[in-house]
Amino acid sequence: MADSTFERVRSVASDIFGIPADKITAESSPETIENWDSMQHLNLVLAIEEKFGVQLEPEDIEQMKNIGAVAALVEKLQSAPR
Amino acid sequence: MSDSISNLPPDPKATEHNPSNLRAEVDGSIAQGSFDLASRRLAELWRRDPASGTASFVTSRLDELREKLREKTRDQLGGELGLTKFKLAILRSFTVEPIVPLFRAEAFAYGIDLGVHVGDFNTYVQDMLDSQSSLYRFAPNAVVLAVRADQAAPELWRDFADLAPEAAQQAAERVVRSYEQWIATFRKHSQAALIVHSLERPSSPSLGILDDQSEAGQSGLIRQINRELRRIAAEFHGVYVLDYDALVARHGSEHWHDERKWLTARLPIAANHLLHMAREWVRFIVPLSGRTAKVLVVDLDNTLWGGVIGEDGMTGIKVGPEYPGAAYQALHRALLDLSRKGILLAVCSKNNLDDAMEALEKHPGMLVRPKHFAAIRINWTDKAQNLREIAEELNVGIDALAFLDDNPFEREQVRAALPEVTVIALGESPLEYASAVRNCAAFERLTLSSEDRQRTEMYAAQKQRTGAEQTFQSKEDFFRFLEQEAELEPVSDLTLARISQLTQKTSQFNLTTRRYTEPQIADMAKKPDWQIFSIRVRDRFGDHGLVGVAIAHDEGEQCEVDTFLLSCRVIGRTVETALLAHLAESAVQRGCKRLVGWFLPTKKNAPARDFYLQHGFNRQEANGTGSLWTLDLKSSTLRCPDWIKLKVTTPLNHGN
Repeated sequence: MADSTFERVRSVASDIFGIPADKITAESSPETIENWDSMQHLNLVLAIEEKFGVQLEPEDIEQMKNIGAVAALVEKLQSAPR
Repeated sequence: MSDSISNLPPDPKATEHNPSNLRAEVDGSIAQGSFDLASRRLAELWRRDPASGTASFVTSRLDELREKLREKTRDQLGGELGLTKFKLAILRSFTVEPIVPLFRAEAFAYGIDLGVHVGDFNTYVQDMLDSQSSLYRFAPNAVVLAVRADQAAPELWRDFADLAPEAAQQAAERVVRSYEQWIATFRKHSQAALIVHSLERPSSPSLGILDDQSEAGQSGLIRQINRELRRIAAEFHGVYVLDYDALVARHGSEHWHDERKWLTARLPIAANHLLHMAREWVRFIVPLSGRTAKVLVVDLDNTLWGGVIGEDGMTGIKVGPEYPGAAYQALHRALLDLSRKGILLAVCSKNNLDDAMEALEKHPGMLVRPKHFAAIRINWTDKAQNLREIAEELNVGIDALAFLDDNPFEREQVRAALPEVTVIALGESPLEYASAVRNCAAFERLTLSSEDRQRTEMYAAQKQRTGAEQTFQSKEDFFRFLEQEAELEPVSDLTLARISQLTQKTSQFNLTTRRYTEPQIADMAKKPDWQIFSIRVRDRFGDHGLVGVAIAHDEGEQCEVDTFLLSCRVIGRTVETALLAHLAESAVQRGCKRLVGWFLPTKKNAPARDFYLQHGFNRQEANGTGSLWTLDLKSSTLRCPDWIKLKVTTPLNHGN
């Protein structure tokens, strides 16, 4: 049973922000998640890089405005030719 | 019968507990108050998925467990879950925050409840020099000085090609002098262990390959600084070097670094290497917190050799200098290295005794032989039971055992039955076995005493003693036959490390279980109202080495026993009476009228419970933590047993 990228991103975010996965939606963002501050943003970036084996550019990191955007970014990086 | 997994039922837990189920189980267990189960599941989750996200989950649930336990018992996490509390401060020149959860989770896997304080960016100098700084207020057990070369030696790092050779050399010397001054000041203000990162060499020196043609190049000078750091560390007690340069090299400089994170977040280490930084720190705090394994118990079939001796026979098993047998020899060498560090080896194998012993004794490819094993259990009984017996035979706690077995079923069974045992995770390939053993932090040591080096021989002598004991009618006859000689020694630079080590590691015959670092012992030794005695014991079978410590503190006419402990291998041979008698006698000589001491019970120190009672002390008071005993020195009949020849070495110097 292969989880979708979104579900896997959501479970990483659940660990990092310490909130249950089912409370996280594609729209969840620093505005709706209380402790999504700059340090937690870095932790999320690192956890995503580690989990999905991708390398995020500083420009990518700025685009990570909500969980849906993070999942889309991961999918784009994973499908991009190397 | 084969030891291989195909003969065994599949492990139900392996399929049932996937990481997200484990998370739910942890939360369920916490809600139900099953804290022990929650803790075990957390450890399992970390073992299966040691990553940043998991680390955040593990540390948040650990904090929750601590809170719940505090409400319930007003106890620290230590008591109920068997974790050792440890406080560590990180002084740094780069972002370490994302490493901290990984560090705490990995420490937890070794039984350590780690509290971490992170200093501000680049304030490490002020933090160390100012005795009122947040660093010292945190009262850490250990401090990591994680400073990178670009901060510690900026002149050597940037624009190096501008420097005249003389100026470069002077810059390197200035760096060394700074470290020396920081460390000396730190030692004045704190007795915590200090772990100093070495400086990494630039992966692309400014002059390219020309740099390597001279010792005075960029790399050469940084190497010189690192050599000097080792010299400085050796001059202080409890100061250690973490070879950051070698750590980076081990993982590959190009992979280790992430320039993007460095320039945007001051984090120089790539996401998938943060765990390796955390694990390197853990290698230090495991020995510092005493959560080390003292014995490694190994399986035979498909672990020490390839194949199954009972089926493949002497000519069929694979072990020797050629592949695939060479992988097993690499493991043998790793085992012998552990043995040289004082870690005992033992065998636990499901086999016919004769078949297995023949291979151990006679197979030409074996580098480990029966003499290297302090205990051998070759039978068809379950392994958990055998491990219990091995612990008993070697006089160590179950938590002092580590277990190496190629068979996942056996590993899981031992984990379930004996959660205190360090079970070494093995991959499929025997090529990885040696490094799995070498990388296990439970075998790390920061000092090595002569006792450590000779431990295997000492246990062999112990076996002879046990044999002899059974032939005597009375204990006294046996004691006389042993011809024990005890030597009481003052603290010196030679004995300091061992004394500290004994306070850290002795759990059974230990009246107060107070753990002291080397600097703390050195500090006590300087105070005139504190006395530190150590006892070294020899008998007709061999030298036990330094096996006992007593620390006492005078207050007027009263002498209080702060610490009294004896290594388990000499318990019950009346050495403890000799040490106590000497303590009492020296107290009388200093004009004391009373000897008092606490017995503070722990899960493990039952062997010491009646010690004061048996030696004529009266119980003065008892409270929730222990009982206080007192001995009137005037009327006491406490004497050294006449079968022990006692030699007292007078102190030449007091400490160092």
